This record gives sequence, C-alpha cells and structure tokens, in this order.
Amino acid sequence: MNSSVDTSQAIENQDLRDTALADAVREHGGAMLSVARRLLGNEEDARECVQEGYLRAFSKAESFEGRSSFRTWLHRIVVNTALGILRSRKRAPTQSIDDLLPEFDAEGCRIEPDWHFNEPLERMLERDDVRSLVRRSIDGLPDPYRTVLLLRDIEGFTTDEAAAMLETNTGAIKTRLHRARAALKKQLEPLWARGEL
Amino acid sequence: MKKDSARMRKVKSVMAKLPMMLTCAEFEAFVLDHLEGTLPKRQRLIFRMHLKVCRDCRSYLAAYERSVELGKAVFQDPESPVPGEVPEDLVKAILAAKQ
Ligand SMILES: [Zn+2]
Repeated sequence: MNSSVDTSQAIENQDLRDTALADAVREHGGAMLSVARRLLGNEEDARECVQEGYLRAFSKAESFEGRSSFRTWLHRIVVNTALGILRSRKRAPTQSIDDLLPEFDAEGCRIEPDWHFNEPLERMLERDDVRSLVRRSIDGLPDPYRTVLLLRDIEGFTTDEAAAMLETNTGAIKTRLHRARAALKKQLEPLWARGEL
Repeated sequence: MKKDSARMRKVKSVMAKLPMMLTCAEFEAFVLDHLEGTLPKRQRLIFRMHLKVCRDCRSYLAAYERSVELGKAVFQDPESPVPGEVPEDLVKAILAAKQ
C-alpha cells in the first residue's frame, strides 16, 4: 500500500548507509591501507584487502558490539582479510630462517660479538639506511615469522589474539615471534658492527 | 683475544653445570618470557644470574631489544606516501563494490 513511501525510505536508508561507509573510508582508510601494505607488501593487494575489509565490516555491522572502538574492530577485520589473502597466495619457495638464528657452540655457549651501541635509538631512526634495512629485513622474513612479528610487535595484538587469527596455539606464536626477532637482530647487526666488519 | 673468548666459553660451560645455572642455549628459551614479564620467580632469578656472568648473552639481549625497538618504530610510523590520506577512487571503488 505504502510502497512508494517504503521505496523512498529504502533509498534514503541506502544513501545514509553509503554516506556512513564513505565517511568511514575517509576517516580510517589511510591507516587501514598502511596495515594492509605492511602485511601484503604491494599496493594492489593492499587496496583489494581494504575494500574487502570495509565491505565485510559493513555487511556485519550489526555484530559490532561497541565493546571496542569502531577503528579497533575494523583493524581486526582488515588484518584477518589480509591473512586470508596471504593464505591464498601461492607459497613462495620457503626460505629457511635457520641461518639467522643464534649460534651456540657444542657446550651450549653463545657465539656473540661484543656489541656497543654508540648511537641512541632516536638518532638511528633518523637514518634512511637504518629505516630501509629494518624494512627490508622484516619484509624478507619467511611469511609465518613475518606475520607473527607484525601482528605482535607492530599491530599490537596479544599472543592469544595472534594465535586465534593464525589458527594455531600460543606456544607456536611465541616460538615464531622469538625467532623472527632473533632473525631481525641478525640482519641488523651491520648497523652496530660498523668498523668491526 | 679469540683464545680468550674460547676459554671464557669453557669456563661458562663448566659453570652451567652448577645448580641454578644455565647454558646460553637454555637462557635463549627464557628471553621472550623475560621481555613479556611472564617468567616465574625462580626462572627470573636463574635468568638474571646467567645475565650477570655472561657477557655474550648481555650483548645478545641488548642487540635483540634494540632490534625490536627499531622494528616497532620504523613500522609504526605512518609510512604511507601521504599518511592518512585515502584516494577518493578507493572510496568510489568500495561504494561501487557494495552494490
Ligand atoms: Zn650466555
């Protein structure tokens, strides 16, 4: 009976939803793109991931309970979407992380140079060569280690959250996180070994 | 110099057999929990004792912590070409994909 009213109401609701979606993209899209870029490593996949993430978020908007901020909720959806894309990718020939792990002698004694940190962290961060080496080193880690390092150290998820997202147990997450960090350290050694090498 | 560190390692490997003492390889397994603050009291004590006597592990731990800090700082920076900005075509693409 009231079909024309219903239709115009529906169109209005649709417009409202579109506006809300566009606003949400403008407000958080930049940050979400950065997240997706970090995990996926290329612009095309990152954009696809963010697009997919927003659509998922809006299609299940009713499951947003307001227990966290909208941004936190969206962040998790985008990360989960990125992890799905990573899983669906053809596995690159798996590099081994073994060469980057700490070395011990037969007695279990560490073989480690005596590092000196002459440069404060802040100063190091101002150097382009430092930033690019850090970036390359993390990007180059094998996926299972890289994703855990990103989820824990960069995206700020807990061990339990990372375990749920990667469908594994907390022990595996902790082992991978530790190895990823140790491998990162190995690759960054030239930064503080200058003069010795 | 080289010989010296080899001798130090020998000394440490003997020490590691004492009660409450760890080898560096055993110490390694405690590092993550130490940084997360989740080591039980006894392990915390054992961990600290090893750190006191072992320069290699002190050096290692310092470099490990510095690496974590560097990773966090470099990646958490808004590093996108134009930080925070969303290309309007992404907004359009998302709205279009929704239909
Ligand atoms: Zn040691």
